[in-house]
Amino acid sequence: MSQRANAHPLLAQTGNLRRRHAVNRVMEISAWTAALLAVAVLALVIASVAVKGAGEINIDFLTGNTSNFGAGGIGNAIVGSAIIVGIATLMAVPFGILVAIYTSEFAGQRSGFAIRYVLDILNGVPTIVTGIFVFGLIVVPQHKLSGFAGSLALAIVMLPLVARSCHEVLTLVPGSVKEAGLALGASRWRTTLSVTVPTALSGMVTGALLAVARAVGETAPLLLVTSVFADLVQTDPSQALPNIPVIIYRYSESPDPVKHAQAWGAALILILFVLVISIVARLLSARSRKRLGAVR
Amino acid sequence: MTTESATATLSPSLGGKRRGVLDRVGDRALYLITLLAAIGSVVILGGLTYKVVDLASGAISNNGLGFITTSNWDPVHGQFGAAQFLYGTAVSSFGALLLATPLSIAIALFLTELAPRGTRTPIATLVELLAGIPSVILGLWGILVLAPLMQSTVEPALHSALGWIPVIGKLFAGEYSPVGLFPAMVILTIMTVPIVSSLTREIFTTVPPAAKEGALALGGTRWEMIKTVVLPYSRPGIVAAVMLGLGRAVGEAIAVSQVIGGAPSIGSSLFLPAQSAAGQIAAQYQGGTPDTQSALAYLAVILLVLSLVFTGVARLLVRAIQQRSEGRSQA
Repeated sequence: MSQRANAHPLLAQTGNLRRRHAVNRVMEISAWTAALLAVAVLALVIASVAVKGAGEINIDFLTGNTSNFGAGGIGNAIVGSAIIVGIATLMAVPFGILVAIYTSEFAGQRSGFAIRYVLDILNGVPTIVTGIFVFGLIVVPQHKLSGFAGSLALAIVMLPLVARSCHEVLTLVPGSVKEAGLALGASRWRTTLSVTVPTALSGMVTGALLAVARAVGETAPLLLVTSVFADLVQTDPSQALPNIPVIIYRYSESPDPVKHAQAWGAALILILFVLVISIVARLLSARSRKRLGAVR
Repeated sequence: MTTESATATLSPSLGGKRRGVLDRVGDRALYLITLLAAIGSVVILGGLTYKVVDLASGAISNNGLGFITTSNWDPVHGQFGAAQFLYGTAVSSFGALLLATPLSIAIALFLTELAPRGTRTPIATLVELLAGIPSVILGLWGILVLAPLMQSTVEPALHSALGWIPVIGKLFAGEYSPVGLFPAMVILTIMTVPIVSSLTREIFTTVPPAAKEGALALGGTRWEMIKTVVLPYSRPGIVAAVMLGLGRAVGEAIAVSQVIGGAPSIGSSLFLPAQSAAGQIAAQYQGGTPDTQSALAYLAVILLVLSLVFTGVARLLVRAIQQRSEGRSQA
C-alpha cells in the first residue's frame, strides 16, 4: 500500500487522509478488544469455577448433606433446588404459554401491546423485590419459611420469560399454516391447539428451558423465603428447602477456606447445569427456526 | 398482522350454523382461559406493587421522605435513614453503566460491522451466555478471585494513573480494599454488558443499509460511516439499552452484596466498602425485626419505582424505534 503510494504521486496519502485512516484503525481495534474482553471474562469466570470446583466433586460431595462444621456435601441442596425449580416450572410454563396464546392469537394490537408491556415490566422488577412480595404474601401469614414460597417467587421470575419467548415463536408460525387448518373446517381452538402450538413447540420448549436456566441460579428471593433449613434431605415443599444458590451465597460469605472450596464445587454443578440447558435450548431453537422456515 | 386479520375474517364464514356446539364452546373457552391468564399477569404486577407498598407502609408513615435524605440506620432505636444505601446504589450503578456503555457499543459495532460473518453468531452467543451466569456465581468469583486482585494490583494502578487529577483523583484515593464500590461497579459492568450490547446490536441492524453505503460511497472510512450514520440513527435505541441496563444494575442484590463490603458509609473514594439498597435488603431482611423489615420494604418500593421507570421508558422507546423501522420498510 505505502509502496504504491510512493510510486505514484496521485495516489499519495495526504496528512489528513492518513490521520483518518489511523483514527479508523484505532476504533476498529477498540471494538475488537471490547468483544475479546467480554469473551475473555466469560472464559475466565468459567475457568475459575472449573479449576477450583473440580477438586471438590466426588460422590460424597454430591450425595452428602450440608454441614455447619467442616466438610459436607450438597446432596440435600440439589434435591431441594430440583423441587423448588420443578414446582416453579409447573406453575410458570403453562401460565406463560396461555398468556402467549392470548397475545399472539386473540389480542388486538393495543391489548396485545399492553400485556407484553406489562410482562416486560414484570421482567424488570428486581428479583429481591419479588422475594419481599412473596414473603409478605406467604411467609408472613404462615409464620414460616417454605420451599413453596421459593417456587412461587421463581415462577413470577419465569413467567415473563416464558410468555415473551413463546409469543415470539407463535407469531413466527406462518398464517398459511393456520389458514390451512381453518380451511379444513377445524375450529379456531382446534387449529390453535393442534396446528399452531405443535408447529411452534420446539421454540416454546427453548423458551421454557431458558427460563429454567435463569430460575435455577436465582438467589435473591430464595434468600428471603427459604434460607433457614436443617442439614437434611427435605422433600416437603411446605417446609424450608435447602437449595444450591443459598448454599453458594452463604459459603462465599464464610471466612472458612473449606466452605469456599465447597462453594466452588456447588458453583461448578450449578454452572454446568445452566450451560447445558442454555446450549440445548439454543440447538432446539436453531432446529425450530429451520422447521418454521421449511413450512414457510 | 395480515395473518390475524385473515383468520379473523375467515373463521366466521367457516363456522355459521354448521359448527358444532363443542367448537363454539371450545373457541369461547380457549379465549377466556388465555384472557384470564393474560389478566392474571397484570394482576401479579399490580398485586406485587400493592403488597410491597403495604409492607412498607409502616416505615413510610414513620420516616416519610426523610428516609431518603438521612443516613442513620439504627434498628435498635427504630431510626431508619437510607441515604447511604441509595448512594451506594447510585454510584455503583452509574459507574457500572459508565464502563458498560462504551464497551457494549463497541461489542455491538464489532458484531454488526466488523466481525467476519462466520464468527458473528458464535461470539454473540458467548456474550449472551455471559448474561446467563447466575449472579451468585459472579459474586463468588468477585469476592474470591477478583477482590484480592483489586487490592493488590488494580486499585494501586488506578491510583497512580488517576490519583493526581485535582477533583476526580479523590475517587481513586485512600486505602486499597478487596471489597468496595469499585469491585461492585466491575461486577455490575460484567452483568450489564450482555444486556446493553444485545439490544444495541438489534438497534444497529435496523440502520438502513442505503444510508451506510452512501457514507462509504462518499469516501468515508468505516469509522466515519459509523460516526455519521449508525450512531446518530441509533441514539434513542442506545438510550433505551442503557436504561434497561441501569434497571438491572439498580436491582441487583446478590452479586453486589457479596463484593461491596456491607459498610453503611458515604465516602469520597471508590475503593471504600459501602452498601447498596438491594444489597442491604439481601443482607438484613431475613431475621430482621418487623420495623427493620418494613424499612427494608420501603427500600424495595424505591427500587421498584426506579425499575418501573427505567424499564417502562426503555420499552416505550424500543417500540417507537420498531415502528419507525417498520414504517420505513413498508414505505
